[in-house]
Amino acid sequence: MTTKTLNEKENVVVRFVGDSGDGMQLSGTLFSETAALDGNDIATFPDYPAEIRAPHNTVAGVSGFQVQIGKRIYSSGDNCDVLVAMNPASLKSNLKWAKKGGIIIVDIDTFTDDTIQKAGYTNNPLEDDSLSSYILVKAPMTTMTVETVKDIFTDKKSAERSRNMFALGMIFYIFSKDLTHTDAYLEKKFKKKPDVVAANKAVVRAGYNFCENTDVLQAEKAKVEQAEMPKGKYRNITGNIATAWGLLAAAEKANLPLFLGSYPITPATDILIELAKHKSLGAKVFQAEDEIAGICSAIGASFAGAMACTSTSGPGLSLKSEAIGLAVMTELPLVIVDVQRGGPSTGLPTKTEQSDLYQALFGRNGEAPCIVIAASSSANSFYYAFEAARLSLEHMTPTILLTDGYLGNGSQLFRIPKMSELPTINPPFATPNDPTYLPYKRNPETLVREWAIPGMEGLRHRIGGLEKLDGKGSVSTDNANHQLMVNNRAEKVQKVADRLPDQKVYGDDNADLLVVGWGGTEGALKLAVEELREEGKKIAFTHFNYIMPLPKNTGDILKKYKKIIVCELNMGQFVNYLRMNFENIPFLQYNKVKGLPFEVSELKDKFKQILGE
Amino acid sequence: MAIEHSPVQLTKADFASDQMVKWCPGCGDHAILASILGIFPEIGYKKENFCVVSGIGCSSRFPYYVNTYGFHGIHGRAGAIATGVKIANPHLSVWIASGDGDATAIGGNHFIHLIRRNMDMNYILFNNRIYGLTKGQYSPTTKQGQITKTSPFGVIDYPFNPGELVIGARGTFFARAIDNSPKTLGEVCRAMAAHDGAAIVEVLQNCVIFNDKTHSEVTDREFKEERQLWLEQDKPMIFGKNRDKGIILRGNHLEVVEIGKNGITENDLLVHDATRENTGVHMMLAQMRPPEFPMAFGVIRAYKAPTYQQLFEKQMEEAKQDATIKCVDDLLNSGDTWEV
Ligand SMILES: Cc1ncc(C[n+]2csc(CCOP(=O)(O)OP(=O)(O)O)c2C)c(N)n1
Ligand code: SF4
Ligand SMILES: [Mg+2]
Repeated sequence: MTTKTLNEKENVVVRFVGDSGDGMQLSGTLFSETAALDGNDIATFPDYPAEIRAPHNTVAGVSGFQVQIGKRIYSSGDNCDVLVAMNPASLKSNLKWAKKGGIIIVDIDTFTDDTIQKAGYTNNPLEDDSLSSYILVKAPMTTMTVETVKDIFTDKKSAERSRNMFALGMIFYIFSKDLTHTDAYLEKKFKKKPDVVAANKAVVRAGYNFCENTDVLQAEKAKVEQAEMPKGKYRNITGNIATAWGLLAAAEKANLPLFLGSYPITPATDILIELAKHKSLGAKVFQAEDEIAGICSAIGASFAGAMACTSTSGPGLSLKSEAIGLAVMTELPLVIVDVQRGGPSTGLPTKTEQSDLYQALFGRNGEAPCIVIAASSSANSFYYAFEAARLSLEHMTPTILLTDGYLGNGSQLFRIPKMSELPTINPPFATPNDPTYLPYKRNPETLVREWAIPGMEGLRHRIGGLEKLDGKGSVSTDNANHQLMVNNRAEKVQKVADRLPDQKVYGDDNADLLVVGWGGTEGALKLAVEELREEGKKIAFTHFNYIMPLPKNTGDILKKYKKIIVCELNMGQFVNYLRMNFENIPFLQYNKVKGLPFEVSELKDKFKQILGE
Repeated sequence: MAIEHSPVQLTKADFASDQMVKWCPGCGDHAILASILGIFPEIGYKKENFCVVSGIGCSSRFPYYVNTYGFHGIHGRAGAIATGVKIANPHLSVWIASGDGDATAIGGNHFIHLIRRNMDMNYILFNNRIYGLTKGQYSPTTKQGQITKTSPFGVIDYPFNPGELVIGARGTFFARAIDNSPKTLGEVCRAMAAHDGAAIVEVLQNCVIFNDKTHSEVTDREFKEERQLWLEQDKPMIFGKNRDKGIILRGNHLEVVEIGKNGITENDLLVHDATRENTGVHMMLAQMRPPEFPMAFGVIRAYKAPTYQQLFEKQMEEAKQDATIKCVDDLLNSGDTWEV
């Protein structure tokens, strides 16, 4: 039997799953990088178990890595064309992601009575016909791996460790990828362990040859289309690293030291880890005793003239609420990064969600507006982190940057910019010894106050959380002054919209349906809309990165369409925010809170249903 | 970390603020303010290089009354805010004003951690054993049994002794002073300013309105000589109206003795050494309280250890020396990249 499932595809999704210790993240990463070097566009997403050391061979211990490669890639994809399952538990928990007719590769050696039962199967799924609608490839990965390295490792345990390389070799064969990148990686990673290098190299080749020699695939080799990417220098980057680098880039542009005060929390910790590496770039990173100290130290650093940031996820943002209010009141620049996860409370720490929007917009006591912006891809997290810092510094207003676990942990190709291409950042520094300096004197156009930094001569002043007298900035309980200051702070944030790019629409003005999204769902929404347009549907799409304030043309866009559906991974936070701002527009909504990103298929179904109504 | 000095001699007037001081008449905070205004010019840094940070409470109004750069934070967070100020700019002289509630209740976590890290700053803990600003609820330092607005049947919590917290958190500097004794308060603050690292001074502060005379068992004129032991470096621990009492170390505990009785001479007394790393004796001194002991005042502990700032800046310097990544362009182009 020859199948054409993989032939001449624009995009292909491969999912590697196994026990936590099986090395699936590495196989996935090496395959992704190889594909990227070979000219494919890619997007990846790791799917870690919540437990660090769950019992072996159980569903709780399954770790996965999904990558989509091909011509135009907006996300790591929904369902996979190829599922590599290293044991029964990983097959059991991931079969739902496999496309009917797709390839499932299993390590048949791991299917014993014991592991089958541990996975929660009553029968051996490889033998009961339950997989008949897939191309099932039963590979004896363990035995062949052990056999391959028998001259290098005599103990079975060390030998078996390379099984992930066997699986990788098989995938390389299917997609006709070469092994150079993997060889180079192994040589560098295990520089001091030539045995390990030799063993792993041999096993990748064994997996590759196994496919070539045995025709187990019953399939032709796949051809995935090359990406048509703008010329330039590229790298693979996760959203969290991109965020960290965007902040570093902003600090360099603003010519200020970066300060990060942060407390570890999934899935935001990688930002802290990354920035902690870059002391050579002047990044001052402080791992605080809790989230409150994280943000309060950042506020102190901002007062003292640093480009101050704090990074966290939902529960941490809750802890920071009071201090964000302090930053609002003191009108100091501060970037608060929230890598959203499933909530409330501890919720689903390792799963993605967009349910912190209300918290970002409204989660503070008093009238306390902040700038709120959202990244919408792993790669553009770099630009939105930069933008968050730029807006915050130039408008002397705390800025919340929303990303999410899906963007943060996922990776994408990133076209490397030159620093000279990025906009300048000019914070409104006060002039030393300026006799007219007043802490709360505002620029009449932007309502931004000046930043006088301790150490500057002739500008000593006191600020704090108590209401300030307009101009002078001393403590004031005057009623009219409070109203004025509340208005000023709100208007200052609204005026940021004067400097935002116009909101763009993809698709026609006269479309029957406008799809609206924000933040991390852009890839899935865009693909769903593109595919429907290719099918001839009249549908348009607009995706928001600037949330508070909204781009100025937002209302004009929304008024053009008869039907508008707002899609988000929460129960309707953005749609309600739009309802609040645009009272007379009847918005439809599509929501999901399963800890999972949108699937293109579910979106298309929903949109088709509305278009048919 | 070096802090730039003023080219001219400053005076008290250079630090006087134009704000009306709003503490109650008779409040101990006035005396603490006067002491600080007295020693800032003496310390000699440029006036722009002082930064005073506080939380919330009566005592936390402090920054408004000193003409320096100042930050009036939120309740309990003075330590965390000051930490950021000092890391961002180690060339500032950072001072904290915080109440017993601010420092040891809501801000307890930040308090112990800035001490543990040996953050280079000067922390004045205004201990009036009550929540003053919110009008008289008990605090973590209120005495057991005391009736307050929120303890109508008496406090059942065991109180904190701030000195024990500081030393227990591996603090490098702890001193104790009294609001109504400007000379000694000034001396202690001077020693605090001279110390590199987290320097905590607990000031027994009287709240005339909500906790009047809370410290009177040690501060009252009639028996203060009998109940206050003023520590001096390398001097034997002597106290009493007639300077006839002293402290000795017997076995593993301290004991009050009378000089001249039972053959005890000055030579038998414990000699104060604030500079030792070992916290044993310092802890015992911090714990002493009437009626069995006098309370210890002055510098109880001043141990020299590298500060967070010194270690931090050293790492930054070393990282810069060895760096291959020297700017963000280098970073963006580091690792695996390829041309399309
Ligand atoms: C988050 C928060 N909780 C509670 C308060 C109310 N509050 C203000 S000051 C204070 C206690 C002040 O006591 P202390 O720190 O001992 O300072 P003092 O007024 O005695 O100098 C309290 C409970 C507040 N301002 N913020
Ligand atoms: S209430 Fe007490 S602590 Fe507050 S100002 Fe008055 S006397 Fe001082
Ligand atoms: Mg108090």
